Amino acid sequence: MSQSLKPYLAAVRSSLTAAICLEDFSSQLVERHNRPEIEVDNTHNPELILNPMIIARNENEKILIEPSVNSVRVSIKIKQADEIEQILVHKFTRFLTSRAENFFILRRVPIKGYDISFLITNFHTEQMLKDKLVDFIIEFMEDVDKEISEMKLFLNARARVIAEAYLTPFD
Amino acid sequence: MSNPHIYQLGHEPIKDHVFSPDRALMAITKANTVEIYQTSSNLAQKPKLFTTLKGHDKTVTSVDISPDGAKILTCSQDRNALVWEYDHASSEYKPTLVLLRINRAATVCKWSPDGTKFAVGSSDRIIAVCYYEAENDWWVSKHLKKPLKSTITSLSWHPNNVLLAAGSTDGHARVFSAYIKGLDAKPEPTVWGSKLPFQTLCGDFINETGAWIHDVAFSPDGNSLGFVSHDASLGIVYPEGEGLPPKAILNVRTSYLSLKSLVFLTNSKIVVGGHNCNLIVFEGDEHNWQESYKIESQKDLIKDVPENQDDDEEISSHQALNMFKQMDLKGRVNKPSTGANKALSTIHQNTISSIKLFSNSQVSTSGIDGKVVIFNV
Repeated sequence: MSQSLKPYLAAVRSSLTAAICLEDFSSQLVERHNRPEIEVDNTHNPELILNPMIIARNENEKILIEPSVNSVRVSIKIKQADEIEQILVHKFTRFLTSRAENFFILRRVPIKGYDISFLITNFHTEQMLKDKLVDFIIEFMEDVDKEISEMKLFLNARARVIAEAYLTPFD
Repeated sequence: MSNPHIYQLGHEPIKDHVFSPDRALMAITKANTVEIYQTSSNLAQKPKLFTTLKGHDKTVTSVDISPDGAKILTCSQDRNALVWEYDHASSEYKPTLVLLRINRAATVCKWSPDGTKFAVGSSDRIIAVCYYEAENDWWVSKHLKKPLKSTITSLSWHPNNVLLAAGSTDGHARVFSAYIKGLDAKPEPTVWGSKLPFQTLCGDFINETGAWIHDVAFSPDGNSLGFVSHDASLGIVYPEGEGLPPKAILNVRTSYLSLKSLVFLTNSKIVVGGHNCNLIVFEGDEHNWQESYKIESQKDLIKDVPENQDDDEEISSHQALNMFKQMDLKGRVNKPSTGANKALSTIHQNTISSIKLFSNSQVSTSGIDGKVVIFNV
């Protein structure tokens, strides 16, 4: 783990632990509805939304945490240094979001400007332990960088092999 | 100090629990139902499931047992409140619907100290004060509306049976008069006021950050009001008298996670609990309140990282297998993670949702993790 990653993840962990203090909250606006307040247009009851916060390691890597009374939206921007990484991140997040129902807390569509979003509601915190949820997100953030750079290495290696095979002169 | 008594009652969240005054029955909310347990005087014995009350079609948010122990009051997100009475002929509980006249979820319900009326808070920005109308044989309600602008999260009755405190998500803790003509005797003047027609606002307090109030409670003598809020602070208000500003408004800030519930043990001792899964005791008077101790010793999961184990320590075969798998798959050596079996050091593994007074030196708590625990304080 590099020197700057550790304080970044520590800040994210503390902020997430504080943000995921959720409770069951039935809608004030719509009869018999119970919906994640962060996901609805809350111009009518702004008191249910808390201040969003952005924690950034640099301009390419940041996390947006938007808490509300019964749900928290966590959006992550994954580091993308070059075009290959952009393609890889896009494919990777697409692979995950198309299987969102198996991930429970994954949001199908990321927030604009971010690569992947999680939506944690009070029903998730009732079924799962909060510190485990936080661990999961931290672990995801740790692993996704490694995964992307690993994939990039594989891709380069494979490209080299193919190029070699393709350009080998015929005997 | 003896050990706390822990009852694991399934794994579904318990939003609220209540013991009957004689401690023979316990009611807990569980999804759309309320479960009634028979408790024995030997607290070490696990409560026995007596019956399940099925009548709501959405999550039950609150349950309360009347002071005489005969009636059980439940309210739910399906906008209804029901009063359950035990019918000896058919030996089961029979519900009576309450005419709440609200259009949103009912969030909290509380019997008044003498049991003749009760209050139901709702997301409809209304508190319904309900009483029994004998000629029609049903429970009717009168509404407290002004100046509520947000969901009611908590209610508490003053010992004089007339004043009602309410906390809401707009960050206000308010004290109303819920005097019902023809039902209540004229109340004695208190520090909150002397003339108290229905819907008189006797006090309106806001905490420093305007955070959601999660719970309010009157002190046993009724001369002060405590409230806990989402910014993990505890507020205590001492009123001076009618028309005068309060004698003291104290706000004790803590660095814990949000507090969900509080209960006064005595006029100078409060127990609070919430998202950090532990109970904290505060002591003080109108000059100063401060934290005195935590009931369980607690490790901070963020700061106190479990100590690194020695490299020589033996690892189980399962962990070894995982390690080699990792080496094969990713070409690197991962130390088997010790975080997998990390658990909170407290008894409750998830948010404490409600705290009630059990006896003079005991409180009972219920949590989202499906536990009811009786702690000695």
